[in-house]
Amino acid sequence: MRDLSYTGVMQRKNEIMKEAIGIDYSVFEYGKIAFNYEKMMQNVAYSMEEMQRIQKETKVGNTPLFELKNITKLIRKYAEPGKGARLFIKDEAANASGSFKARRAAISVYHAQKNGYKGVIAATSGNYGAAVASQAAQRGLKCIIVQEVYDSSKRGQPEIIEKARKCEAFGAEVIQLTVGPELFYTFLKVIEETGFFNASLYTPFGIAGVETLGYEIANQMMEMEGRYPDTVVATHAGGGNLTGTARGLMKAGAACEIVGASVDLHGLHMASDRDFNKKSFTTGHTGFGIPFATKPDRADVPRNAARVLRYMDRYVTVTQGEVFYATEMLARLEGIERGPAGNTSLAAAIALAKEMDQDKIIVVQETEYTGAGKHPMPQLTFAKNNGIRVYRGNPVENIPGETIVIPTSMAQVSAQDVDLIKLKTTYLKNIADTYRLDDLTGEDLQFLADELKLSVGDIIALYKNL
Amino acid sequence: MNRAVKGGWVEIEDQVLSRYERAPQVPDDTKETPLMMWTRGFLLEESAAIGDWVSVRTLSGRIARGKLVEINPRFVHDFGNTVLELLETGVSLKEDLENC
Repeated sequence: MRDLSYTGVMQRKNEIMKEAIGIDYSVFEYGKIAFNYEKMMQNVAYSMEEMQRIQKETKVGNTPLFELKNITKLIRKYAEPGKGARLFIKDEAANASGSFKARRAAISVYHAQKNGYKGVIAATSGNYGAAVASQAAQRGLKCIIVQEVYDSSKRGQPEIIEKARKCEAFGAEVIQLTVGPELFYTFLKVIEETGFFNASLYTPFGIAGVETLGYEIANQMMEMEGRYPDTVVATHAGGGNLTGTARGLMKAGAACEIVGASVDLHGLHMASDRDFNKKSFTTGHTGFGIPFATKPDRADVPRNAARVLRYMDRYVTVTQGEVFYATEMLARLEGIERGPAGNTSLAAAIALAKEMDQDKIIVVQETEYTGAGKHPMPQLTFAKNNGIRVYRGNPVENIPGETIVIPTSMAQVSAQDVDLIKLKTTYLKNIADTYRLDDLTGEDLQFLADELKLSVGDIIALYKNL
Repeated sequence: MNRAVKGGWVEIEDQVLSRYERAPQVPDDTKETPLMMWTRGFLLEESAAIGDWVSVRTLSGRIARGKLVEINPRFVHDFGNTVLELLETGVSLKEDLENC
């Protein structure tokens, strides 16, 4: 009989995952730490044309790109003369499940079906669950979504509860858990029990699926304006959104500045029962953004295909209050009501557009659906009920877990830069815990240079200073 | 309704890990609580009451066992209370744009 204890299941992690993904990652690995990322993406995932066809089959992609003229007008009111870039938004809420995550799920679920799996399973409290459930429904596969949703008194974020409802609406079984990283243990047990495909967010399928998003932005912009955007802002959590979009833009030949944006939740521990309901954002925040940037392989697959430091030119944070402000602005000035989490990049883009010249173009690459639970009103109601002080004022007063400060003027909306060199140094520290510089081969150093968008010389210098 | 009948839609609860079995990396406040799990499905027993140990067939076709905690569970999330701060924000944004 199989050992179903925590230790027993965790010890079988690698074999369970291999069966459930069907990828032998070891063929891409070399040196002490290196692996051939491009070869993995090329060999395992699908071509752009194939992905476009797959996504079209299941109501994904070809979403509209809108210019936000009223917000641009207001940005210019608060910018220096000659400043205030034109702001565009890619309306990803138009995908089958209401978010860009449908692109990732479409490829994973297609692959699962093609390889004869009877069902798919994903560990996610967010839009990805709904996306996998929607795709599984269309391809006739069974689906299980495992969510971290409640604190120890069974109180859950309205946003996550809404995701559970949506997954169930598409016919998925939803397994709901209290806070804790041992979600992975339950996840592995259910994979082993069912033999379903692990539709992980971090396989090459999951990341390549987002490439069509960047590709579409480049081509739509070329068609609308006769040129590519100057800057594209992507909300950053696990890294797939930014990585896939950047790769797609590059495949279309568009050389844009790529900016990652996360909600600042510093000081809140993501696995803490007490802190769990003190936050108003369940994704797109620094609690995922920073660890996933600096240690991408912490994911549920051996080699995470989302590797943001290869692509990110700039990384900024915004506050929860600024995102709610941007969400309200989108509804009131542009007449489109979209979910707050997706508007993290909108809040950042407003701040960045103020600094950019008027002839520049900045694209917010995503929106998400909104509804009961997943809307500023229930989220702020929940925050107030959890003792968070919500008020209008200057967002510099924001303290994650204590206050949500909604700006009183666009002049107060700002994006705080995260020092990329610091992030890259943390990445190297994580490697240095196991390997000294002398342990690494030349191939490893080249791999690190590719990983961190630096030269080998830079890597050696940073490593020596650790 | 205090009893669920066979084929009825119910929610079950199970403890995955006791507070003594939590993973070492878990923060102290979380370690003081067990890891709990809930799932929903169609009741397989002829009849059961809240608190009974039961089996369900889930939407994915799996059979799961646990303590019956809800009969005909419903989603209660909504659009929340009036949030005056948002209403005021909306009004001021509109005025701001009009004065551009």
